[in-house]
Amino acid sequence: MSLDPLFLSRIQFAWVIAWHFLLPAFTVGLASFIAVLEGLHLATGREIYFRISTFWIRIFAVSFGMGVVSGIVMPFQLGTNWSRYSDATANVISPLLAYEGLTAFFLEAAFLGVLLFGRNLVPRWAHFVAALMVALGTLASTFWILATNSWMQTPAGYTMVDGRFAPTDWLQIIFSPSFPYRLAHTVDAVYITTGFVVGGVAAFYLLRERFVEEARIMLSMTLWLLTVLVPLQMFLGDQHGLNTLERQPAKLAAIEAIWTTERRVPLNLFAIPDEQAEADHYVISIPDLGSLILTRDPNGTVRGLKDFPVDERPPVAIPFFAFRIMVGIGLLMLALVAIGWWLRWKGELFDERWFLRLCVLASPLGFVAVLAGWATTEVGRQPWTVYGLLRTADSVTPSLTGVDVALSLAGYSLVYILVFATGIALMLRIVRGGPAAADAEPEDEIESGRPQQPVRALPVGRAGSRT
Amino acid sequence: MTALVFDFVPIWTLILGVGVFLYVLLDGFDLGVGILYGLAPDRDARNLVMNSIAPIWDGNETWLVLGGVALLAAFPLAFAIILPAVYFPLLVMLLSLIFRGVAFEFRYRDAEHRTFWDHGFCYGSMLGAFAQGVVLGAFIEGFEIDGRHFAGSSIDCFTPFTFLTGVALVFGYALLGAGWLVLKTEGPLQDWARRLGRVAFIGVLVAIAAVSLWTPLLQPSIASRWFSWPNIALLSPVPIATALIAYWEWRSLNDRSEVAPFVGAVLLFVMSYLGIAISMWPMIVPYKYTLWEAASSEATQAFLAVGTLFLLPVILMYTGWSYWVFRGKVREDIGYH
Repeated sequence: MSLDPLFLSRIQFAWVIAWHFLLPAFTVGLASFIAVLEGLHLATGREIYFRISTFWIRIFAVSFGMGVVSGIVMPFQLGTNWSRYSDATANVISPLLAYEGLTAFFLEAAFLGVLLFGRNLVPRWAHFVAALMVALGTLASTFWILATNSWMQTPAGYTMVDGRFAPTDWLQIIFSPSFPYRLAHTVDAVYITTGFVVGGVAAFYLLRERFVEEARIMLSMTLWLLTVLVPLQMFLGDQHGLNTLERQPAKLAAIEAIWTTERRVPLNLFAIPDEQAEADHYVISIPDLGSLILTRDPNGTVRGLKDFPVDERPPVAIPFFAFRIMVGIGLLMLALVAIGWWLRWKGELFDERWFLRLCVLASPLGFVAVLAGWATTEVGRQPWTVYGLLRTADSVTPSLTGVDVALSLAGYSLVYILVFATGIALMLRIVRGGPAAADAEPEDEIESGRPQQPVRALPVGRAGSRT
Repeated sequence: MTALVFDFVPIWTLILGVGVFLYVLLDGFDLGVGILYGLAPDRDARNLVMNSIAPIWDGNETWLVLGGVALLAAFPLAFAIILPAVYFPLLVMLLSLIFRGVAFEFRYRDAEHRTFWDHGFCYGSMLGAFAQGVVLGAFIEGFEIDGRHFAGSSIDCFTPFTFLTGVALVFGYALLGAGWLVLKTEGPLQDWARRLGRVAFIGVLVAIAAVSLWTPLLQPSIASRWFSWPNIALLSPVPIATALIAYWEWRSLNDRSEVAPFVGAVLLFVMSYLGIAISMWPMIVPYKYTLWEAASSEATQAFLAVGTLFLLPVILMYTGWSYWVFRGKVREDIGYH
């Protein structure tokens, strides 16, 4: 049996980044939600916002901790398994990764401690600032990591020196052609993901008739948010697709499973792409719609995969199906938001049980869509790590053997399954416990321990106000 | 880009050197706390021990990311050669850090499996520290290199010497952790930390002596660096200061001072770090590429230096503030649980 270090390294990278990605997909939106709740609590003084915020902070703590430790793995992957990629691209991408650490990770880490443990140690406004800084940090991190990824998809602002990339224009490197689309599309996606989780949890409580007051606020806020973000995502996704058509035509051809360059391309709703035969089987399609969407003209020409040399084509099936899963989920989400508004108009939003059940079922959909979208864009970038310039096969660490990577992959698999399964189970347990459990903690004992503390003077009157 | 004549390598050497040292120091004491955690007398003690680092461990570990990424940014050739060479120690380190990182939350939430996560926290901290020591030892021993790649095998890094450096770092971190606990606790728990601190100190002393004797035997260049004239006179303050600090550390572990054990442990780390830096200078990929040969392009170093020199002080300020919020003796009741 021969183990291929390249193939195993790709599996390993996909494995560790897919699990890691699920956490920011949730915590970026959740950090913003918590900051909004803390802000509302500070502004209105209404204790309900405090209860909701405290509840979500506990879930945030579990997911963020997992995000941190699984995130530390990522930069080391570049060195251990993709050393030739690191050597070739470091001059260009490393500052983006370093700026992610400098502008995001430290901000998140320092203020997270205060957000989680400092509520009784700092004034109320400082606690709100901490929530705001954590949210800002998560967004800064999104900015830099997507700038890095976008540069790999649509490289710009570089020149080649001795087979390695050298920077020529940092603005072009950071704002590479696909970056604005990818950033907008991804940030919207993670906010929507969080929205459906919050909405699903709220619906769960409404069905059980527990924590009804909190649940109504959560569901109502979520519906407002999703009303804006889900339709916006349709628009952003379309724009991102057009950008891909222009910049990465082979990826787009794979996404749509188009083999022959022609006019009046149909839109394939379903097909079994066959890379050997260079054709699709069992096709269900709508005539001309592909050209209409992609070129805004039913007569428009779209390039097919046969236009590209065989060794420059991405795999077809994964981008094709992953894309359809993502778009399908998007349409489901849109339908759910529309139904929500119809029920709200009838005044039955919080009472219609079948709708609440649908909301509970829909709560993990965002994660599936985010992973599907990620698979579409990353597998679609193949066979390159830097699109059109550096092959994945030329990026892997030369000293690795198949056994090395098989062992490490086994280690990552075991640990991630254990840790993520536990983490998800614990978050579900917190959800079942509900917001009320937050008040059950004996937080009034804080008076003991540290005398003469200047900051204590401010929030003293508050400790009693929330019980 | 305009042609730059300014040499950024010394700046980046300093930033990386300080960044890695801050990591060793900061995550060092909280990994050390994790190592000692397994020896804590009871659950109340364990809760306090863990609470003493719960609000700050995450920020401490961030320096590891910064160290890794700064190495990639400033000296990419070193990153591309060294990381594959220490493939398995890094794997063990990362998996260990995952276990100990999630244990903060999981041991509280997952009460049925608390013992499992307690072990995860303790052994994760210990293995993580050991793996980092192996990386350090492999770095001192040097690598088999072909052009711009590591050409050896992934198990080359497991030698008696790297085993020694691994154990040395476990003792070193335990000493830092004990110093931190003396600082953050009081009463019987503090006495307990002092006792363990004395054990760790003896381990550290033996380890420093062993590594200091073994290293010159490994590399003639290191031997001549330290023992040739006039270096032997110029560098003699390093071992002498180390010995004085060690004496002071032992005394403060035995008297009632609360701050001195931590400060002494930090100073011992400063001296050891300095000693390694003197041995290695100016190599970043021992004994093949110097800092200048492994450096990234001037444009890269310049672009990143501008932001880093502005952001690092800001980071140190707000990180300092977050430490200040949690100053004083650790208490059981600050959690958000």
